[in-house]
Amino acid sequence: MNSFINNIVLQSDFLQSMPYWLVSICFQLVFILMVFIFVAVFAMLAGYAERRVAGRMQSRIGPNRVGPQGILQSVADGIKVFFKEDVIPTAADPILFRLAPYLVFLGMFLGFAVMPFSSQWVISDLKLGIFYLLAVEALVVVGIVMSGWSSNNKWSLLGGMRSAAQIVSYEVPVSLTILMVVLWCGSMDIQEIILRQGAAPWEWHVFQTPFMFVAFFILFMGSLAEGNRMPFDMPEAESELVSGYNTEYSGFRFVLFFFAEFANLYLIGALATILFLGGWQAGPLPGFFVSLFGAENSWFGSLLTNGIELIVFQIKTLALVFIVIQLRWTLPRVRVDQLMVLCWKYLVPIAFVNLLAMSLWLVIIPASWTKVSAIIMTFVGVLLLVSFFRRVVWHLRYTKSKIRLSPFA
Amino acid sequence: MSYLGNIFTSIKTVYEGMTITFSHLFREPMTIQYPDRIPRPIQETLPMRYRGFLEVDMAICTGCTLCQKACPIDCILIEAGKDPELGRVMTRFGVDLSKCMYCGLCTEPCPTGAIRFTREFEGSTYDIKTLLAEFIQEGEKVKPYKVVKKK
Repeated sequence: MNSFINNIVLQSDFLQSMPYWLVSICFQLVFILMVFIFVAVFAMLAGYAERRVAGRMQSRIGPNRVGPQGILQSVADGIKVFFKEDVIPTAADPILFRLAPYLVFLGMFLGFAVMPFSSQWVISDLKLGIFYLLAVEALVVVGIVMSGWSSNNKWSLLGGMRSAAQIVSYEVPVSLTILMVVLWCGSMDIQEIILRQGAAPWEWHVFQTPFMFVAFFILFMGSLAEGNRMPFDMPEAESELVSGYNTEYSGFRFVLFFFAEFANLYLIGALATILFLGGWQAGPLPGFFVSLFGAENSWFGSLLTNGIELIVFQIKTLALVFIVIQLRWTLPRVRVDQLMVLCWKYLVPIAFVNLLAMSLWLVIIPASWTKVSAIIMTFVGVLLLVSFFRRVVWHLRYTKSKIRLSPFA
Repeated sequence: MSYLGNIFTSIKTVYEGMTITFSHLFREPMTIQYPDRIPRPIQETLPMRYRGFLEVDMAICTGCTLCQKACPIDCILIEAGKDPELGRVMTRFGVDLSKCMYCGLCTEPCPTGAIRFTREFEGSTYDIKTLLAEFIQEGEKVKPYKVVKKK
């Protein structure tokens, strides 16, 4: 962030005449506000997109009446929920009940403080960025347990307790896989981790070694469980617990839970993108466009570079968000014991073996060999992707379905 | 060995499931966007034997009142009497569609098939009286249809 501000300040006489700390703080505040708006808009659009995708996956259409193609559906829902009565149960703990949604929201939103949207657009480039991200994410569980306990409702309490057990359990494999990446890069700085990767797929961490490839899936599953997403949405389990920890909430407090849920959806995608899919690395693209517009060493060039990196980061993250949404409408919910078995019997041992193997790899295998394994793993990845799409086409042919490619209806 | 087998099975099934849901993204949705975004009126797309509102063809009604007797909830009302000039006439044939439960018992005894179901079903209204279907206008007298017997 500082380098971006410096870049802009150096080109403007007006800004140079101002005290530097004032300019810096103003820029930071504007940027924080922009990220906040981004999260809010993302939560709204993701809610809409999820319903449309779910519709098509179930041979329905989904919301398409409010505004063009139903794009304003989230706004309509938001207005409706906004005017609802704010009910607090008489038997609830009034202080904790009020505090809990803010804690959940805060925990999610603090994660965005280290979100590297581009090489220079990051609110705070901490040296312990990944560690910080894990730490603030743990704040969410406090909020969820708090809301479950203070509601004085059996369903809420069960939801909160399940959530606590789940998040604490899945923190272990997630931390172990993050540790692998940290070992590989020798840094906990998020920007440093991204800089160690490249724009091309064979430069991404996920394809570096077979262990990294496995670790990517462990991280993805773990963060799904931490984010209470299907198939691990035990705390919310609509068919079992009414709505879980947020059963008693209505109106604006419920919106906060809703926002946190979708902000977390983005965090799941972003975390995997940062650690394994090369983050904002755009390769020669920014350089090409900057020279195309002849904008070297100007504020516009800086804007262009960061903008392109932002778009690359968003594409990768949103692709993962789509997979998370797709998984929700593919898999049934697992049982509580299955959830724990998956974590403690499968993910944790595999993550440990992975970590050990990775450490041995770093010690024994020379760096030049890694390039060979990267190319082989990329080939495997491409093969998996191609076979996935071939299988999709096979399904379409086998069921003799009517094809409709247009997403509009 | 079931440990590795479980891992393999779960990966395989999730992969297979995801290919199916992904393929659904490209399939035609089944949704019929009733009432406004449909190519032709919904009544035309309903099956032929759909049980919608009752309808009486007064041209072939014999006035036998079998339907009135068959109706388990008495939603059919037929008034018939003698007219000095015309002989036996019907002065009223009403069906209370808000009461009707679409059982079809009235259509079965009808000797000419005068009372029958249509494919109309949109009965929502601000005034329940509009659902009283009168097939003879007030003051009108309808001579019942007579079956001509062949000798």
